[in-house]
Amino acid sequence: MPFRRFVETGRVAVVSDGPHKGKLVSIVDVIDQTRVLVDGPETKVPRSQLRLNQLHLTKLRIKFPFSASTRVVRKAWKEGQVQEKWEKSVWAQKVAAKQKRAQLTDFDRFKLRRARSRRNKIRTASFLALRKASSRNGFLYGKSKMAKGGDKPKPAKKAEKKPAAKKAEKK
Amino acid sequence: MLVLRCSLARTSWCFVSFRHKHSSRWPRQKVKSPLRAKRFSRTKMFHKKAIYNFVGKKVAATKKPVKPRVVEKQIGGDKNGGKRYVLVQKRPAVYPTQDRIRKRPAKQVFKSHVRSLRPSITPGTVLILLAGAHKGKRVVFLKQLDSGLLLVTGPFGINACPLRRISQRYVIGTQTKIDVSGVKLPETLNDKYFKRQKQKRAKKEEGDIFQNKKEEYKVSEQRKADQKAVDKQVLESIRKHPDRKVLLAYLSAMFGLRSSQFPHRLQF
Repeated sequence: MPFRRFVETGRVAVVSDGPHKGKLVSIVDVIDQTRVLVDGPETKVPRSQLRLNQLHLTKLRIKFPFSASTRVVRKAWKEGQVQEKWEKSVWAQKVAAKQKRAQLTDFDRFKLRRARSRRNKIRTASFLALRKASSRNGFLYGKSKMAKGGDKPKPAKKAEKKPAAKKAEKK
Repeated sequence: MLVLRCSLARTSWCFVSFRHKHSSRWPRQKVKSPLRAKRFSRTKMFHKKAIYNFVGKKVAATKKPVKPRVVEKQIGGDKNGGKRYVLVQKRPAVYPTQDRIRKRPAKQVFKSHVRSLRPSITPGTVLILLAGAHKGKRVVFLKQLDSGLLLVTGPFGINACPLRRISQRYVIGTQTKIDVSGVKLPETLNDKYFKRQKQKRAKKEEGDIFQNKKEEYKVSEQRKADQKAVDKQVLESIRKHPDRKVLLAYLSAMFGLRSSQFPHRLQF
């Protein structure tokens, strides 16, 4: 599979190290094989050179000429809706979830654990019910393994609704 | 370059000398060696020092009161002459023949130590115990005793941790707090109350020393009553918490670290 993300002018990247760790920047120019000039006008990253191993390339790209001024970069950034697109990405959501998880207090962790175990119990129960039903009516292991007398396929109970509570926030 | 610097210097001279014509801040000529030329002529210095202000004026010399150099001191004893003159300012070579009597610092005893409490721990904080028979339990902090130890309770009915003292070193303070402002603790709950009872040694005459069985610890009725009284109030205040049901389960559950959990990275 060919590469999809290149080190190129306009490529949006996440800073992975240094004082601006975790912020979004855009590559403005390529200095050499290992370094690029970046700028993050909307994320408060001043224009500076960064080593490429301090960057994680994203799939986003905006269009502006190389070595463009911050003003131009900002304009392209806004027009490209980088922030909105980034927040929608799975990557950003994972980062947010990770941050959220790190901020949980002891009591929050307890609540989360409790909710998860409750959800899992419900899920397991409904799975077992489904399996039982489908093995009895020969759907799962074939007609030969069917229970004697052959239960009529019971309409599988609908899985109970998961405790929609907070724990949708992550699992 | 040299010329330039000189001219610069000169201009600056002029400039400043105009502004501070008689200012005393302006450097006087400092000529230490007679071989060097003076920077300013006598006439110039006359103006610079503003001597013209003082020419022909007579200023009365101020007389400082002469401080006495010696002090007369009375000396006891018959053959000591009765008095001595002692220099007010001792000569530099003088040194004391006796050590000065120094004030001793006040004795530092445990009683007088300053007690401090971590800011994360306030009355009503849920603590995680890290040491002792109840380690791993989550308990409610009630107050700090005079010895600096923390008074905690399970409550006993929830996680079997009784009213107990523990050092704040062996405790993690969580952010979960219960409003215990309404809880009234019995006055008797102090350090003495929790002190270990010393067993009296059996007298030698009484039976065999090896046969003597140690008395097992028994919870006194007083303690049971106090426990009940305190826990009742604490439970009541737990019930006022918005998450009361989960909180009860939380207090009864033990604390533990899961995989890839590190206490220094966790929020409590």
